[in-house]
Amino acid sequence: MEEGAGTIRVLLCKVGLDGHDRGVKVVARVLRDAGMDVIYGGIHRTPEEVVSAAVQEDVDVLGISLLSGAHVPLFSRVSELLEKQDVRDIILVAGGLMPDEDLPKLKALGVAAVLRQDTTPDEIVAIIRRLVADRDERPAPRG
Amino acid sequence: MARATPKQLVAEVLEGRVQGIARLISKAEAGDEDGQEALAEVFRHTGRAHIVGITGVPGSGKSTLVAALTRELRVSGKTVGIIAVDPTSPFSGGAILGDRIRMAEVAQDSGVFIRSMATHGALGGLARASLDAADVLDAAGFDIVLIETVGVGQDEVDIVRAAQTVVVISAPGLGDDIQAIKAGILEIADIHVVSKCDRSDANDTVRALRGMLKLEVALSDAPQWAPPVIRTSVPEDLGIDKLRLAIAKHRRHLESSGRMDARRRRIMETRILKTAEDMIRNRFENRRDGAVSGLLDRVLAHELNPYGAARELLTALKEEGTHEAA
Ligand SMILES: Nc1nc2c(ncn2[C@@H]2O[C@H](COP(=O)(O)OP(=O)(O)OP(=O)(O)O)[C@@H](O)[C@H]2O)c(=O)[nH]1
Ligand SMILES: [Mg+2]
Repeated sequence: MEEGAGTIRVLLCKVGLDGHDRGVKVVARVLRDAGMDVIYGGIHRTPEEVVSAAVQEDVDVLGISLLSGAHVPLFSRVSELLEKQDVRDIILVAGGLMPDEDLPKLKALGVAAVLRQDTTPDEIVAIIRRLVADRDERPAPRG
Repeated sequence: MARATPKQLVAEVLEGRVQGIARLISKAEAGDEDGQEALAEVFRHTGRAHIVGITGVPGSGKSTLVAALTRELRVSGKTVGIIAVDPTSPFSGGAILGDRIRMAEVAQDSGVFIRSMATHGALGGLARASLDAADVLDAAGFDIVLIETVGVGQDEVDIVRAAQTVVVISAPGLGDDIQAIKAGILEIADIHVVSKCDRSDANDTVRALRGMLKLEVALSDAPQWAPPVIRTSVPEDLGIDKLRLAIAKHRRHLESSGRMDARRRRIMETRILKTAEDMIRNRFENRRDGAVSGLLDRVLAHELNPYGAARELLTALKEEGTHEAA
């Protein structure tokens, strides 16, 4: 595997009241096994906690999972906080159960990908790698 | 954010701006040339922070203690930078960094900065990267920099040895009585902690540790500083303040006894050697398909031996170095 400069850094957190962390932990292992550095931020996190952790850890990808429901208000809060800190290059990924009609709204809020229960491990890895590669091709990448 | 110049990045770090700090630590971790200019500048602004290494086997309670200690330090008005090192999987080269979860309660404090770092397997560079990161936090104005690392493996022992104050944790219930002995880090402790003292079997750990230390003291030549043994329990809020005071006392001891200079020298020596090692390794890596493979062929054909090949390699690197300097 690539070392150092090439290692993709991902922060995975779970927001919300339910205490199920199996899904996030599985994703964490899948990404680790694909050679990425995964910072596991735990469950019951607030948007403020998640964003400040993402900034301090200087991650490429911020994955937030929420079992169901409030994805749209959550991600609107997260992108608001990121904007406030002038962070523009962290890739947002959502995980959990969400209705199809929310997808365009999430996209508008800057969510680059949605991982669902039926997204396979290989797909997850491919999605993350592609998103990071795409970002790095843009003219003004991370400093 | 557009690509920041090294100058801008340094300015951000010196202002204590979180993003700049985070970015420069990434550059330190990546070890690329691009970060060196900024790190060199940042280095000029270091020397104020107290660098404290916290080590102990997996599960001994390091992160939990770092969080509790940080809370205590914040109450006493100190700002705290934390570098939490977790092992990289030897199979994939990836890592799951879980220390941050235990530190959630202090993570939101603006006087606290937490950074997770993976050991990145055998390629090394960890000691250099984490000490560069400590420089960044020092220059950014954090009063104390805590480096958490599992005290096993040469690279990790090098990191703790490069701290000004070394705290070694022993925990009850992890099998061996005193894990630090097995890991060979008992000798480098300035302060011993027996964690989880809310457990009844912690007494055995304390007793075993004290027994070992008596032997140590008898063997050491100048016991100017007798490493204290501090019992802690995070759930019962026991010993955390004592630990904070012992850490401060150790720094005062280093300064008043004149040992700080010796320690700074030792630390700098480690850093210079580690950085040189890294640079040589990087250059070596860059030559994989060129000079090295030529040498390899000759060694495999028994025209040259490994010593001779290594010497040739170093000579070639040296010439390259003079070209660069010119
Ligand atoms: N009873 C008790 N348990 C503790 C105490 N401190 C930590 N623990 C528990 O010990 C376990 C390991 O704690 P961590 O703080 O993650 O230990 P660590 O040394 O950082 O572990 P790694 O980073 O994985 O090497 C957790 O289950 C903690 O809840 C304590 O003071 N008392
Ligand atoms: Mg830990």
